[in-house]
Amino acid sequence: MSDSPSLQVEPGRVVLSGCWTLAEMLPQLPVLQARLATCPAGVEHWDLAAVTRLDSAAAVLLWRSWGGAWPSALVISDLHRQALLRVAGLPQELHEPARPRVPFPEMIGALVLKAGGNLRGMVALFGQLLLDLAYLARHPQDVPWKECTANVYKAGAQALAVTAMVGFLIGVTISYLSALQLKSFGADLFIVNILGISIIRELGPVLVAVLVAGRSGSAMTAQIGVMRVTEEIDVLSTMGISRSIRVVLPKIIGLTVAMPLLVLWTSAVALFGGMLAALLQLDLSLIYFLDNLPRAVPVANLIIGLSKGVVFGFVIAIVACHFGLHVKPNTESLSANTTSAVVTAITTVILFDAIFAVFTRQIGVPQL
Amino acid sequence: MSQPPVIALDGVCASYRGKAVHRDLSLRVEAGQIVGLLGGSGSGKTTLLREILGLLRPDSGSVRLFGVDLNDPDIETQRNLRRRLGMLFQHGALFSALSVFDNIAFPLRELRCLDADWIRRLVHLKLAMVGLEPDHGKLMPAELSGGMVKRVALARALALEPELLLLDEPTAGLDPDRSQNFVELVGDLQRELGLTVVMVTHDLNTLAGLATHVAVLADQHIIAFGPKAEVMTVDHPFVTGFFGADRRKLL
Repeated sequence: MSDSPSLQVEPGRVVLSGCWTLAEMLPQLPVLQARLATCPAGVEHWDLAAVTRLDSAAAVLLWRSWGGAWPSALVISDLHRQALLRVAGLPQELHEPARPRVPFPEMIGALVLKAGGNLRGMVALFGQLLLDLAYLARHPQDVPWKECTANVYKAGAQALAVTAMVGFLIGVTISYLSALQLKSFGADLFIVNILGISIIRELGPVLVAVLVAGRSGSAMTAQIGVMRVTEEIDVLSTMGISRSIRVVLPKIIGLTVAMPLLVLWTSAVALFGGMLAALLQLDLSLIYFLDNLPRAVPVANLIIGLSKGVVFGFVIAIVACHFGLHVKPNTESLSANTTSAVVTAITTVILFDAIFAVFTRQIGVPQL
Repeated sequence: MSQPPVIALDGVCASYRGKAVHRDLSLRVEAGQIVGLLGGSGSGKTTLLREILGLLRPDSGSVRLFGVDLNDPDIETQRNLRRRLGMLFQHGALFSALSVFDNIAFPLRELRCLDADWIRRLVHLKLAMVGLEPDHGKLMPAELSGGMVKRVALARALALEPELLLLDEPTAGLDPDRSQNFVELVGDLQRELGLTVVMVTHDLNTLAGLATHVAVLADQHIIAFGPKAEVMTVDHPFVTGFFGADRRKLL
């Protein structure tokens, strides 16, 4: 008795023997399939008595080579006949549901509708937030202080190191590149203006927003998303705890509070980096730089920078929470929504930055 | 020619966070046996299954399946070994991003040898085996009821025609009718294919209907292993508690 499946074509009949299982067939599958295919169509006598094992994969293979009908003479043990009977019981025509091809305009339309749906969802979330705040104003004992402070710590305090490092490097880079240009004009002293305005007003907030969107925004989406996948969100509802007050609100408040502080910190470190580079490149003393900074950069810029921080923090948190709440209970949706959250958050931040630039174009520009 | 035992655990010790889960555990399952693994909650039944699967490496001792050591460094050997066993996880562990059809078809497609029609027929066959309609193939795991998840998971475990089937609480969460069907199904498969089955179960009906042998896990090792009737007579608090007087009538 050999274990491997084998097939012998004798005049007028086909004899199968051995172990016809998927594992045993795999190594010689092409050969077996070819030999089954070359079996003369007229052969109606199949001898499977010597088959030791016959699993459903082999049964399907045989059934297909028989063209979906029982051969007129079949020698087989009852046990193996069972396996074949199961295959025979299947409907002959099995259609795999064809995936409908979506025409291009329809795809664009679907994307626009989806974007509209997301916008609507975020506006609804914003409205819910206002309602929650109104509720909390009337019931101050329900304010989730602990969660809020925990979020300030997670999104703010734990991000200090990475924002400082990135800010410092960006400060050094900008200072270094501007110094090269300014030197050729002999306008060395304007490095204070360039660094001050660009970092405090523009780069600090945007840089922090991008970092925080990648760091805290994705974490928020993933956390709320997993809570949805594991039905923890539903547990909160059954306990009568509002998910928006307990889960969403602390994240939004936490990030809205933490962002301007992070912006202040990052801008300061970036300026420090710029100052160091200016000292090395242009021999501009730190004292001179600090003395001239208030004159070159009106305090309005700092206020604009910090208010950008507040708005960006709010936007990132609301986008992240919106996408988190719309995760469907599967891994694919979780990854898609986390990606969408980060991309949308960064895009929205840049959009708001542009709006800021347009509406504050007359504020805080130093008069020379 | 004597076949090596399907599962051979020798002197397995395992610990979880410094607490011993298994101490000098040995178990030998021969081909064709249906072993019911009993033990109290937290006695390390699932840990034992994970050790057999190679998901968890014991601190010491050896685990051999079909005579092959699980620590064998050869990737090819390891892969071929894994193809010979199917596992039904306690909570199904279906791929949540794939439909029911794709879940069952996944291991078959990974073989890269079978054509689409063959896979389609096999998937529908497995669906029919576990009592699901072809239409259920389009559903996503999140849309299934608990019992259906179990059945799809079983269909997936059976997809590669395993010789060794490991079941973690297979009938928990099924209604009595379905669990009876399940018992008959596994029994049929076992007779047809000579399957070896190891199952963790607390359900006496499943145990009575299916198991040929019973292994009792207590005090960090197998305290009793043998044919059902023999094990019932073992004098150990867990065994006497589990097969209490009125329960014994059931078997």
